[in-house]
Amino acid sequence: MAMASSSAPASRYARQGRWWTTRRRSRQLMGLLYVAPTVVFVAVFFIAPLILVARMSASHWTLFRGDLGVNLPDNFGTIAESSLFWPAVVFTIEYTVLATVLLVGMGLGLALLIQSGGKWKGLLRTAFLLPSAMGLASASLLFYGLYSNQIGPINPILESMHLTSSPIQFLEEPLSALWWTTFLIVWRFAGFYMLILLVGLQGIPRDLYEAASIDGANRWATFRFITIPLMRRSLALSLILCITGSMLAFDQFYILTQGGPDNSTVTIVELIYHYAFQSQNLGTAAALSVVLLGILLIVNLVQFGSLRASEDFQ
Amino acid sequence: MKSTGIAATGMATMAPRRFLPSALKSTPYYVLSGAAAIVFLFPLAWAAFASVNGTPGSAQGEGFGPGNYQTLYSWQDGLPTYFLNSTLISCATVVFTLAVSLLGGYAFAKFDFPFRNTIFMVTLAILMVPVATMLIPLLVLLKFLGLQNSLLGLSLVMSMFQLPFATFMMRVSMEGVPKELEEAAQVDGCGTFGVFRRIILPSVRPGIVTVALFAFLAAWNDFITPLILISDSKQEPLALAMTVMREQSIGVIDYGSLEAGVVVMALPCLILFFALQGQYVRGFMSGAIKG
Repeated sequence: MAMASSSAPASRYARQGRWWTTRRRSRQLMGLLYVAPTVVFVAVFFIAPLILVARMSASHWTLFRGDLGVNLPDNFGTIAESSLFWPAVVFTIEYTVLATVLLVGMGLGLALLIQSGGKWKGLLRTAFLLPSAMGLASASLLFYGLYSNQIGPINPILESMHLTSSPIQFLEEPLSALWWTTFLIVWRFAGFYMLILLVGLQGIPRDLYEAASIDGANRWATFRFITIPLMRRSLALSLILCITGSMLAFDQFYILTQGGPDNSTVTIVELIYHYAFQSQNLGTAAALSVVLLGILLIVNLVQFGSLRASEDFQ
Repeated sequence: MKSTGIAATGMATMAPRRFLPSALKSTPYYVLSGAAAIVFLFPLAWAAFASVNGTPGSAQGEGFGPGNYQTLYSWQDGLPTYFLNSTLISCATVVFTLAVSLLGGYAFAKFDFPFRNTIFMVTLAILMVPVATMLIPLLVLLKFLGLQNSLLGLSLVMSMFQLPFATFMMRVSMEGVPKELEEAAQVDGCGTFGVFRRIILPSVRPGIVTVALFAFLAAWNDFITPLILISDSKQEPLALAMTVMREQSIGVIDYGSLEAGVVVMALPCLILFFALQGQYVRGFMSGAIKG
């Protein structure tokens, strides 16, 4: 009797256990079924191209004739010896520094301008965000007209106000081409960074400012020792997005300057395009793609590393 | 100190909360912020103006009129072709992205299966690889798959770029759906797909709108992907066709028609922006990025 009563629940548990395993197994199968499209997509359009780009970078591979056999390390040699490569790297870094400083600075300034509610601030926010709704290519085409001598409105306006003696040459000289392209980028993206930084700004507890003012901190001290440190995470996110995005700059320079004047505004991605379609050499373009991937992975590792270090420090 | 012009602008940019009431009342604040707003709005207003304004060298010779739009309408394969291409690419990208990320998000959020975390991390790793790195091999791969120069191939590639954000978004929103709801539906006889259709899908509608909006805008505005993958002018989306229009007429660029093209490209984005601005901004504000 005692034995029977103890064995009945045991077998019931065993049966239930088996039921659980079959149920678990069938749920595993269903899970695999639902994830299958993702796996196929990632395998075909992400993993396969990654393997292919490595294979292409080691091959003589032209746009029209395809794979002509392994030639490692010729493609990388072509890049290193090219008179365009190092200037493109230097220019991309210059542009990245300039764009990042201006964009994050502007984003922070705009966030401070609109940070509390109210009708006027809502209007301002919409105004600053509106360019972010446009595509970068259409924004670049817009500014291509805006900067043109033929219909550009800026020089006529400045002249009618007697502010300039000679018209501004927007894209004719290397340095001004860089600055005016960066101006377009700030116009297009500042609202986006404003939004990210606004999130950080609004997360700062109000009483910290009150405490600081009781302690007699001036405005600069409050900004330096309360606002900036407490916005650390959204500032870091802005920096990471901005640096990574600027390193990959393409649309704006391709459309506004076409790399000119005198190849002074050729970025790394533009050089990939140049190798693939002007030189019709996909092997070299793939090799430069691999180099770009390497550069970006290092930049990301450094960024996340320093982010973690600063978190630990706190 | 309290109300000089420099101090007031300084207030607006430095220690915001404490000084805000006085900054709000001050004229310099309005002048500064108003000027900034004008700088941001001026190019958009100018593009709309230039697209109908008659200037020498543009299709609209003089006075205001639709001349630039008429030229644009019949340029090469015609504006309808390019507009349709852009629309098809964007809609297909939205459909593929949603289909794959909804099912994938469901699997990641609610099921346990071998390599779950690995598959998820590899999907997110798409973000770590620059688009430009992927496009050269994708050009060769699409040819191999017989998808070169096709809108289908283009939208599949664009969906792949959307997948990390979309899958992440769907997983997070679906993990928020309470288990009790699912169990109740299972008791009522729903299979896993029934639970997905009747319980999960209706609960993650905000996530679906966000993912769809981002996918649509990204595909509509993408420039480098079609530039590299498309070489047939009949399959070009708007952004690419407009750039080609500018290139082919070097020397005598019809800037008026170019700005008309800019307006046509920007209009859907601006309409979507105004329709969903609240959602867009709120999505940001409630996001995981704090402090």
